[in-house]
Amino acid sequence: MPISASDPYDLAVIGAGSAGLAGAVTAAGLGLSVALLDASPQTGGQFYRHPARAIGAARPEALHHDWSAFAQLRRRLEQSDVSLLRGHHVWAVTKEEGALWAVHAVTGADGTAERSVRVRARAVLLATGAYERQLPFPGWTLPGVVGAGGAQAMLKSGLVLPGKRVVVAGSGPLLLAVASSLATAGAQVPAVIEASGYLGYARHPRALAANPRKWVEAAVHGAALLRHRVRVRLRSAVTEVHGTDRVEAVTVSRLDLDWRPVQGSGRRIECDALAVGHGLVPQIELATALGCATRPLPDGTSAVALDGLQETSVRGLWAAGETGGVGGAQLARSEGELAGLAAAARLYGRPVREERVRELQRRRDRMRAFADAMALSHAPAAGWTSWLTDGTEVCRCEEVTAGRIREAVTDLGARDARTVKLLTRAGMGWCQGRMCGAAVACLAARGGAVEPPVERRPFAVPVPLSALASLDEPTGVRTDSAPGVGD
Amino acid sequence: MARTPAELVGANPGPSFEITMDGRPVTALPGQSVAAALWSAGILAWRTTRNTGRPRGAFCGIGQCYDCLAIVNGEPNHRACLVPARPGDVITTQEGHGHADLGV
Ligand code: FES
Repeated sequence: MPISASDPYDLAVIGAGSAGLAGAVTAAGLGLSVALLDASPQTGGQFYRHPARAIGAARPEALHHDWSAFAQLRRRLEQSDVSLLRGHHVWAVTKEEGALWAVHAVTGADGTAERSVRVRARAVLLATGAYERQLPFPGWTLPGVVGAGGAQAMLKSGLVLPGKRVVVAGSGPLLLAVASSLATAGAQVPAVIEASGYLGYARHPRALAANPRKWVEAAVHGAALLRHRVRVRLRSAVTEVHGTDRVEAVTVSRLDLDWRPVQGSGRRIECDALAVGHGLVPQIELATALGCATRPLPDGTSAVALDGLQETSVRGLWAAGETGGVGGAQLARSEGELAGLAAAARLYGRPVREERVRELQRRRDRMRAFADAMALSHAPAAGWTSWLTDGTEVCRCEEVTAGRIREAVTDLGARDARTVKLLTRAGMGWCQGRMCGAAVACLAARGGAVEPPVERRPFAVPVPLSALASLDEPTGVRTDSAPGVGD
Repeated sequence: MARTPAELVGANPGPSFEITMDGRPVTALPGQSVAAALWSAGILAWRTTRNTGRPRGAFCGIGQCYDCLAIVNGEPNHRACLVPARPGDVITTQEGHGHADLGV
């Protein structure tokens, strides 16, 4: 902790998930003063999301994989000097005079408490994680259609289910985890609908052989699905949702290799909810606003580009976990620790724990290889856009239909997501294109190579005007953490 | 085999309390978000869209999509998936941009 309230921290860590926690406790263990900011009242990020203490869950681990790794990080955090700033929604990181960084946040459960906070630090670690990629289809705006990760998050934190009979659909290994937790928690899961096959993995035997823990994880989920008699249908997608005010059933179609529905293959499945998602998108807004270089991932998304020690292309700014490419909690922990060691080495002006650095780098490279193989296997094929009718809403916030986007592309000559956005307002609503960005980029590319939209937004989250207005007020460097529900 | 998520994690919550959704009483557990309390009452929609007035509720569950905006105790534009439910909270359907009552 800085000696006086006007001293900056050595390191500000943004995000208290696996990567951020590992980075914060590592750096603090080496004597750095560390501030750890997270929007949530709890640590753990999305993966280790868990009920607030008031719910009194005796076995929160029943809904988790590898809980002990989190419990250990949490213990180390409690024993450290790290200042945990809960309920801090970071909306920008800026450069200050004297080679200092300023992290700007608004406080409160949903960032509307309108207290704005500025935390200054000599180095920053971005551990902002990822959100879910969504591909639209007719009926996906109906209540009862929820994100697969969203259903998982609501279950893990609020102990609730979106319905009694929940179809799980989309692509990527997260679906198996979601289906197994929904079923274990008492939902009926009539089917898991996966648009890819799992054969793609077989083309990367080395990456598979080097990551046995991933097999164990898959086997655990697989066994749970078998126990609950959940059928997994590969190369299929939900191509329509039925219902007037809420989900009543879905149509599942077989897909060809290009993800086009096979004519006449549609089958109706009765259900009262659909949990859907097509993989994860690294959350990189804070980094791109600072001009950090990005790299394309094998599934068409972009991540922050990092060097061997987790530093971004901007000196003094590190990133770890899904921010640098989606790869899971175990990889995030290794990267967080590596970033913590590297930041400490920089601030001390000499290397620290070189042996450990090399070990972590080996581990990271092995897990990254697996993550790439996985991303490639589940990458959406261009034919998915044939699920859309002209009336299908693509942008949920601004209610922009596929028909209007196609018009902007074919009649008005839009070639990229940015132009489509200007012509149609797709991506200009509250979520700033987080839900529709991937889809709009595909439609604009007309089946050709998709340019991942690297958005540069002045604010990473919507900020109340009053918070901006108060910016000129002298804000303390150190701040008390906002009142939170607590772990 | 657990029948409910609460049984699965061995939850022993503090006393439950009431909030209302458009006047209808809804039971919430301490520590649950407004969205979670509404889901457990089987309510999936608490907002209508600006242009076509279609119903919406929680979608992403983690504060990213803003589909779950609700009027909480008279204030519009709260993300129900993030806001913790508190005893006596009055939740009302947010119509359009949520400023109807404010005359803007
Ligand atoms: S459900 Fe997406 S912001 Fe609340």
